[in-house]
Formats: sequence, structure tokens, C-alpha cells
Amino acid sequence: MQRRQLLQLGLGATLPTQLWAAAPDSPRLLVVFLRGAYDAANLLVPTSSSFYYEARPNIAIAKKDALPLDANWGLAPAVADSIHPLWLKGQAAFVPFAGTNDASRSHFETQDHIELGQADEGSRDFRSGFMNRLADVLGAGSRLEAMAFTDQVPLILRGQMPVANQALRDLGKPAINAAQAQTIAGMYANTRLASTVTGGFEVREEVSREMAGEMEAASRGAIAAKGFALEARRIARLMRERVTLGFIDVGGWDTHVGEGGATGQLATKLGELGRGLALFADEMGPQWGNTVVVVVSEFGRTFRENGNRGTDHGHGSAYWVLGGGVKGGRIAGEQVEVKAATLFQNRDYPVLNEYRALFGGLFKRMYGLNDAQLATVFPGASARDLGLF
Amino acid sequence: MRNLALSTALLLSLLGCATAPPPATTAHGPAQDTLWLDRLTWGASSADLAAVRKQGRSAWLEAQLQPLNPVTLPEAAQAQIQALAIGEPLLPLVQRMEAQRKAADALTDDTAKAEAQKNYQQALTKLAREASARQLLQALYSPRQVQEQMTWFWFNHFNVHQFKSNLRVMVGDYEQGLRERSLGTFRELLGYTAHHPAMLRYLDNEQNAANRINENYARELLELHTLGVGGGYSQKDVQELARVLTGLGVNLTDARPKLKPAQEAQYRRDGMMEFNPARHDFGDKQLLGITVKGQGEAELNQVLDLLAKHPSTARFVSRKLAQYFVADEPPPALVERMAERWQQSDGRITEVLRAMIGSPEFEASLARKFKDPTHYVVSAVRLAYADKVVLNTGPMIGWLYRLGQAPYNRQTPDGYPLDENAWAGPGQMTTRFEIARAIGSGSAGLFKVEGEAKDRPAFPQIAHPLYYDGIAPRLAAATQQALNTATSPQEWNTYLLASPDFMHR
Repeated sequence: MQRRQLLQLGLGATLPTQLWAAAPDSPRLLVVFLRGAYDAANLLVPTSSSFYYEARPNIAIAKKDALPLDANWGLAPAVADSIHPLWLKGQAAFVPFAGTNDASRSHFETQDHIELGQADEGSRDFRSGFMNRLADVLGAGSRLEAMAFTDQVPLILRGQMPVANQALRDLGKPAINAAQAQTIAGMYANTRLASTVTGGFEVREEVSREMAGEMEAASRGAIAAKGFALEARRIARLMRERVTLGFIDVGGWDTHVGEGGATGQLATKLGELGRGLALFADEMGPQWGNTVVVVVSEFGRTFRENGNRGTDHGHGSAYWVLGGGVKGGRIAGEQVEVKAATLFQNRDYPVLNEYRALFGGLFKRMYGLNDAQLATVFPGASARDLGLF
Repeated sequence: MRNLALSTALLLSLLGCATAPPPATTAHGPAQDTLWLDRLTWGASSADLAAVRKQGRSAWLEAQLQPLNPVTLPEAAQAQIQALAIGEPLLPLVQRMEAQRKAADALTDDTAKAEAQKNYQQALTKLAREASARQLLQALYSPRQVQEQMTWFWFNHFNVHQFKSNLRVMVGDYEQGLRERSLGTFRELLGYTAHHPAMLRYLDNEQNAANRINENYARELLELHTLGVGGGYSQKDVQELARVLTGLGVNLTDARPKLKPAQEAQYRRDGMMEFNPARHDFGDKQLLGITVKGQGEAELNQVLDLLAKHPSTARFVSRKLAQYFVADEPPPALVERMAERWQQSDGRITEVLRAMIGSPEFEASLARKFKDPTHYVVSAVRLAYADKVVLNTGPMIGWLYRLGQAPYNRQTPDGYPLDENAWAGPGQMTTRFEIARAIGSGSAGLFKVEGEAKDRPAFPQIAHPLYYDGIAPRLAAATQQALNTATSPQEWNTYLLASPDFMHR
């Protein structure tokens, strides 16, 4: 009997643990969404562009401070101890000029756009996110599990396939005992929330079982992680064993004012994010070789700094692709010289690497999806293989 | 169905006629009236049900939409509100906090400085918690339940986030102003938010000046507050509106900027809002098909007039109201009628609400809207404790954090989503059940007074007239069955509060 059917019968809460385990060698995907549009030009620094230094008199990262990646690009020093080592191991790639065709410069419009992954034209279905469609394409006959490590199920994971959500910041023991859970699930048995409720009970139980080891590790002198690092470590524990499609979002990137350069507001955020992801890589252990982390954001920011030593809403961004099996240590995708004449609408990075093409190409490599499957995940888009995995 | 449509059509015509108070109607049973109240309040109460049964729905609604007398909360709730520091006028409160911040920053000893800065942050957080406490006490106990729901709706529509800068001092004041205007006109609300320091600071307009444009507020004003994303504006309109908004900012001090004599007359200060002509772009602007002559602060009023009357605004905000009060996907015909009423009444909110509440679509939608976390938590406490006023809203604030809808805590300007999809994920349902257990099993900290070691004795009493008359008759068979298996009052309460019936309004 399929696990999903068990869930629908309300028996999920009593299933033994091992049924939930993912196949050990199946690829893991974690999508990290930086909500608020992070300033890509101050992470992946176009060090060979004199225009960059003209356009950002107060917030540019000096060439001497950036960690050289290739002849044209350098990396923000804020991630020197976290992401740069992955780059040196060939486990990190960056895709500049990445993003969507949506030029609304609206956070919400563009976030929705990316998460839904539907055609640019025509009406959109807000109940169908592309990671859910990916789960659907991959899920037939497998024990794949998709989960958002957030308080809400984000658009990107909404859809027909049952998915889990559980924020991992604060976790206690489940307050509802097994018998009560059965009774409550019984009340929902004939409602549209039936599988949501049974699935929720089960995930809760599994997560707390999984996290029981954390206390033990902490008491043996492991450094207690905080903030995003703590969440990243917990995500790794779940993705190592069970979750193969994961999602988390990190907010606070909307740096209109006082963004900073090599240090400051953005650098602090990038440092915290980088340390979390490095910890994630570490905690994944041998599974890191099967894992791909993609860091995306809705759009980039204005290339020139604004009047408040910050940046406003722009267009092209830079995505990160990390993983033990990633063909990294390089800047991937279509590129163009960074100068005033190549800016989009004379203000932003252009988008040369459309996100659906990029993800499509990656999924082809990771999962061997055929064209029909790719068309289900990203209708109307064609995949572009950047050889990232 | 036909009778229902007829009776609601009758109700609609009666509601439109302000001079003759409609007679009490007995068209609905107590269970249906309870559902109706569940939609219009933060959870039906015995008192409201009795009032509706006695006076009829129309009279109850009229009193809600045209509150004549000053509002009186139960004494125990009123006393808690009066004890809050946020009762103080905003400007002196902000200045006191500014003085504390500056004193902390000026310290030279690193340890003392860090300590003082921490104290400052904690004081800010305490003020925001006070505002949350007041919001929840009002939601729990104000007789003006429709106004309280509208207050929440407008805050969410014109959202600001408490953790930006010192907004924690301001959110209570901002909300109180929205409460006072919540049943007025949209134009008043728009003008109020456009001049409140919380908004000017949250969306960076205090940074927006001639030749140093920051278009953050301009964009959200069009996209989220008025026209909506498909409402017919361009990037050029955003840029031009940003120019209109230049010079409108925040001044927390008593000082006045140095101005050229010619600019003195243009300067205006109202509380912390400041219009500084030296920062304004006095050129003409072209936006949304009109020319705005460069003349200073009055430009904005001209644009807000245009936006408040715009058909796209009428449709966008009407749809959002219907999404909050009727259905995740509100019937387009209903939205059109509400938007028409908006246009006819110059955006008078009570008129738009009447068009909505009196519609057959509204009646047909009862009990089908999934409660958002705030509706869930407040209605559970209202059901569990009725008139017994809670002494501590702290646990409720904590539950709202866990459920992802804490007061003033939506980081982005779009406000919390209003649809079921956002709140009914597996993890969120599990959390609700845990909260159901917490509320159902005992006093849950709701009766713990600060400084006392333990909760004062209290236990949820759900078996009151509202339950027997309004709720029990419509419980699903599966819910009844679960309640019958309960082995203790605690478990019975938990199951009721965890039931699908109670998750909907």
C-alpha cells in the first residue's frame, strides 16, 4: 500500500519511521529564497568593471577586499569563511544575470512569478507551484517527500501533491498524544483537510524524534547554533534522512538605505546566510554529494547606489548553486560585460539566464527528466543545460 | 434557496433605507444567526446572539456600522488598557524613547553601552507588546466588533512592520488612527496613512527627496494600497509619484530645518509628519493621465483624490474586503456590485460593507471561510471565557507568533494573506491543535497577573447558551462522535476547539 493512501486513511500517525525514509541515493534539492531582493552586485562583485566603482561611490566592495573568483568577478568577503571554501572545492557556482522576464519590480508579483513557474502570459494558477509539480513528476511510485521549513506552505510548494511544512526555529514535544491525534484526524476524515491533518501529525512526530539527537549533541560540547544556522542544521538532519525536496526562505534583503559594502547591513546578512549554508553542507555528511542547494531572489537591485547609500528595486540577480556533486568553481551561464551600455533600462542588470531555463536544465541533469516531464514542471519554457550537476 | 435569496434581497432593500429602521426578522434560526455573527465578529458571543434574536440582524448591523455612543469595554478590560504606557500622546513618547536611544549611544564604556542599548530595544518591544495587548483586548471585548475587524483589515491593507527602525513605538498610535477611521471613507484612510510617521518611515519616504529619489512608497501606494498590480499604471507613473512624494518625511525632534525665506510658507509640520519644501521636487509631474502642477504638498492631495476615486481602486479594495469577509475567491458579480457602490458613495466603507453583507453571496458563504490565525485564537478565547475578562493576553500573542500571524509582524508591505492556502498547511494545523489543547485544558496563562506566581483560577466554560443554541445544532456527525469519546472536560474542550466546525467561520 502506498504511503499516501495510508495517510488518507488517517493511519499516518502510527506508521513506523523507516517508511518515511527517502532512498539513500536519490538527489536532494534545497531551494533557498532570499525574499526582499538581495543586492547581487555586492555578493558577486564585478571587480573588472570600472563602471561598478563609479556607480557605487559609497557602497562598492573594493577589488582588494573581494575574493577573486575569475578575471571578472570577486566574492564578498562576508562569505570568506563559508561559501568561498566551497568554491575552492569546486562545490559552488554562481549564475549572474539570472532572474525572470517580469519587469514589474514588485517584490510580491515577482516572487509569485518565480514560485509558480508558469508561463509569462495568460492567467496564473495560484494553487500550483513548480516544486509541487516537480514532486508530482518525481513522486510516482517513490517515497519522495517534499517539505517547506516555514510557518506557511509557500506558493512554490502548493499544489496537488501532499507536502509538509514545519518551521524549525522553536521545537517542543508534541502536545497532542497519539490517541487524541487519531480522534482529531477522525473529525477531518471526510473533509478536504483530511490528508493535511494526518500528514501534519506525522511530520510533527518525526521532526521531534529527529531533533531528540540535537540535545544530546549539544550536551557533548557542540557549538550551539543560533538563527539561520540553527535552522540550516535542522534542515540538514531532515534532508539527510527523509526530505528530498526542501524549501526555506530568508527575509530582510530590501536594502534601500545604508546597505554597506565589505561590511555593514548586507554583509552581516550574507555572513549569517553563508555560515548557515556551510553548516548545512557539513551536516549533510556523505549525502552532500547528492545534494544541490539553489539560492534565488526575486530580482536584483539598481546597479547604481541611490541617494541613501542603498539600492532600489532592479531586475537581474545572481543565483548560487551549491552541492557536493555540483560542477562548481565557475561562473556559469550567459554573461555580458558590466558597463552602463549593457544595463537593462539603464538601471539594472539584464536577465540573460531565465530562471525556468536554468532550473529546467538542472533538473534534467539531477533527475534525468524528459521533455514532457519538464513541460509539466515549467509549462511553455525550454530548459537550458548549464552543466551544473 | 429561493426563500433565502428572497429574504436577503429584502434585507438588502431594507438596509439601503436609512430612515425606517427595519423590523426584527425571524427568517433565520439561532444556528444560522450564530454563523452570521461568526463572520461579522471575532467569534459569536451569547450577548450578540441574544441581541440579534431580539432586535433582528439589521438593527444589530446598523448599531455596528453607525456607533453613536462612546464605546465601553467591560471594566476589567478597560482598566488593563488604561494602564498601558501607549495611552500617552505619540510625540512625547517617541521623544522620550529617542532620548533613551541617544543616551545609550553616547556611552563610552562598551559594556555599559551594550547594556543600555539592549534596554532601549527591550523598551521598544514592550511598547509594541502593549499595542498588541490593546488590539487583542479590543477584539475580545469591544461591542463594536465590525469596527474591530475593519481595524485589523486596514492595518493589514496599509501594513507596516514593527521591527523596522523604531516603529514599535508607533504601531499602537497608527492602529488607533485606523480604528477611528475604519468605518469612514477610503480617502480619509489613504490620507491618514500617507502622513503617518509609521508609514513614511516603513516605506522609506522620509528618505525620498528631489534628485535623491526613493520610489519604495510610491510603488506600494499604487500596487498595494490603491490600484492593484494590474490596475493600469506604469514604471513611469511610479517614478512620477515618487517625485510628488518628495519632501514628505518624519521629524522626531522639536527643531525646524533651516529654510530659505521663500520656502518658509510651504513648510508644514503636524506631529512627527513634516513636509520640507527644500527636499521637494517642484517640477510638474505627468502621471496616470493627468498633469500635476508643481506646487508643493498639495500635489499629493490631488493624486490621492484621483487614486481614491479610481475604478481600479474601487475594484481592488472591494475584492480584498470580499476576500476577507466572504470567500478566498469572491464571486466577481459581488465584487462588481461593491465597486459600484464604492463609486456611488465616494468610497464610503459602510456603504460598501452594506452591499456585501446584504448580498445572497454573503449568506451563502457562511461557515465556509477558513479562519485565519487571529480569528482562530480570538474566537477560541471568546468561546472559552465569554464575559470573564482575561488578565493576560501574552499567551495569545505567543500563539499568534507560532501560527505566523502575530500583530504588526508581517515584514512585507503586502500584509498577511487572506486565503486558506496560506494558513492550512500540515504544520499549521498541528500547531492549531496544540493551541486548542492549551486553551481547552485550563487557564493557559491567560489569568496570570504579572508579579504573581500562578494563574488565578479559571477554567474554560464552553457549555453556555451560545453553545447549545448556536453551535451544537450544526456540529458535523464526526465532531459529535469525537466529543462523545472525550474522557475529561479538558479533552472535550480540546476536541471542540480542534474540530473542522470551529476552524471555519
